[in-house]
Amino acid sequence: MTGILIVLAFTVVIAVLLYYSRGEVPEQEKLVDIIDSLLPQTQCGQCGYPGCKPYADAIVHNHADINQCPPGGRNTIRQLADLLGGEIKPLNPAHGKAGPKRVAFIDEDICIGCVKCIKACPVDAIVGAPEQMHTVITLECTGCELCVAPCPVDCISMLVFVQGGRRVKLGPAMRTSS
Amino acid sequence: MNRELYPFPGGLQIPPHKELSNAKTSLITPLPDSIILPLQQHIGTPAVPLVKTGDKVLKGQIIARADGYVSVPVHASTSGKIIDIGNYTVPDPLGLKAPCIVIEPDGDDVWFEIKPTHDYASIDPKDLQDVIREAGIVGLGGAGFPAHVKLREGTESAVDTLIINAVECEPFISCDDRLIREKPGYIVNGTRMIRHAIQAKYCVIALEADMPEAYAALKELIDDDIDLIQLPVKYPQGGERQLIKVLTGMEVPSGGLPIHMGIVMHNAATAAAAYRAVIRGEPLISRYVTVSGEVNDPRNLQVLLGTPVKHCADQCGYEDKEGQAIILGGPMMGMYVNNMHMPVIKTTNCVLVTSTYNKSPEMPCIRCGQCVDVCPEKLLPQQLFWHAHAKNYDRLREYHLFDCIECGCCSFVCPSNIRLVQYYRKAKRQITQDEQTRSGADHARERFIARNARLAREEQTQNNELLAGSDIGELDKQAFIQAAVERTRAKRAQLGKQENSDDDQE
Repeated sequence: MTGILIVLAFTVVIAVLLYYSRGEVPEQEKLVDIIDSLLPQTQCGQCGYPGCKPYADAIVHNHADINQCPPGGRNTIRQLADLLGGEIKPLNPAHGKAGPKRVAFIDEDICIGCVKCIKACPVDAIVGAPEQMHTVITLECTGCELCVAPCPVDCISMLVFVQGGRRVKLGPAMRTSS
Repeated sequence: MNRELYPFPGGLQIPPHKELSNAKTSLITPLPDSIILPLQQHIGTPAVPLVKTGDKVLKGQIIARADGYVSVPVHASTSGKIIDIGNYTVPDPLGLKAPCIVIEPDGDDVWFEIKPTHDYASIDPKDLQDVIREAGIVGLGGAGFPAHVKLREGTESAVDTLIINAVECEPFISCDDRLIREKPGYIVNGTRMIRHAIQAKYCVIALEADMPEAYAALKELIDDDIDLIQLPVKYPQGGERQLIKVLTGMEVPSGGLPIHMGIVMHNAATAAAAYRAVIRGEPLISRYVTVSGEVNDPRNLQVLLGTPVKHCADQCGYEDKEGQAIILGGPMMGMYVNNMHMPVIKTTNCVLVTSTYNKSPEMPCIRCGQCVDVCPEKLLPQQLFWHAHAKNYDRLREYHLFDCIECGCCSFVCPSNIRLVQYYRKAKRQITQDEQTRSGADHARERFIARNARLAREEQTQNNELLAGSDIGELDKQAFIQAAVERTRAKRAQLGKQENSDDDQE
């Protein structure tokens, strides 16, 4: 009887120790970085947090759900579920719809040079100066749409992004064949 | 020539079916109604158009320039009018459309001004690369890697051996065989020219034992300077890594390139095209294409690039029948296409019409291991299959997915009819795409962090200024304002004077 009790007591102590050593702060910070690396870095805020890193932080610390990132879509949800051991769930429609990558385009005939979009861009992808025409650096644009709302003359539209080339290189193998 | 050979692992003996097409002299294909030239016929960046709709162009004129180092220009294959620049169906495994320039031939076939160089030996190897690049030469074996890149690698490091690959190991294809038989001089002189360009110590032309006529034709022209080697027939001996193993006994390491081992390999047709470009000044605007399989008159054709595949097939008596598949390339590595509207491009070596392709449904993998025995890269195809199926991309890397040369041996022997290579191709594409997205995201993160840092810095400076402002005492402030007012007054006074003097003058 006492033998059993001693074993039980040990088990409980070890379990408690394990539980508390589990969630150490540095581990959690590392996890935030890993989650951040899986997010698409659009910085659009559609998840309800002001950027990808804050969302990663919220997933770790505030139990934010993993299905709040429309630009990442199914792929990101799957990767997050794999990482965190949760279930794959559909994207929460409250945060938006997934779709092909889009980039902002400024109609330069309409633009009045108010710099409001420049201030809104989270990745400094818009060039211009007050009362000068603005333009989007397409390759830097993440497609967050944050510049669309501030524009007073509605000259910014979101266009589907077509990468210069269409084909992807398949791999280094077989440069020459018979 | 006695040379020790080192057989490569795996591989297959497949019925070659070359006799269908290799006996007949090649036919020069008549001009089609339209020539469709894709801007990307090579690995690398697509070319950039230099012409617009309505322009008249001459045969051999550059109509799209190379964009970047790993890129080559596109030339008009015949003289005529540009009737469109837009998206057309191209040879593509997914059947996608891509930007093309369309020419309506005028029938005159007039050459653009060309600049032949009669003596390649007098040209600096570096300039020779430029000539070859401007002529739009890419590897004609199938991958379409720009030839000048390999030549430059060759001039930048010491090259021990130049291998000219005439091993046409895929069944049905006989375009290199025909080219060698009809124009052995181009091959031999092209080989000598490339050797001069990269200053290789040794030089080998390798072909398989089922090409005796080609062997004889070359034998007649070469001296002791080039080794001509006949190899026993085995698929996929024409793969770059496999051929290097057979000839030298060395294995190109995973992720490495032949040049790291002092070896440069070019396809025989590439050598011929490069020679033609230098000696006659003619850019790459035509190639040999085998049309074989279930057509009435299987043979080789000399085809202008951009000619629709259908036009080529028609020359060989093609009839559209139920249940036939059209393959661009050979039966092992070629791509199945749905229609024949796409053009012949620089890398199109064969048009194969067949009804005996693998139609049986896929069955589960029984782990028999036959695929492992035949894999020439010593990979584990069944493990790759599991992980590709599960989209487990990390494990696929661990199992060296990117060393797969997509030769198709594993699919060929699979008793469950699993099209293994298709899974690998898809996985490779997905991994490459994910990597691109990933690097884009990393870049965006950097910019986001940089911007936040900048905003924080600006705020800090503003705060500092405000703080600094509050440090000024009340008296000082008065003095400061007074000084500003004085300055303005002085300025105004000066302006007023100037205006007065202006008035006086009038």
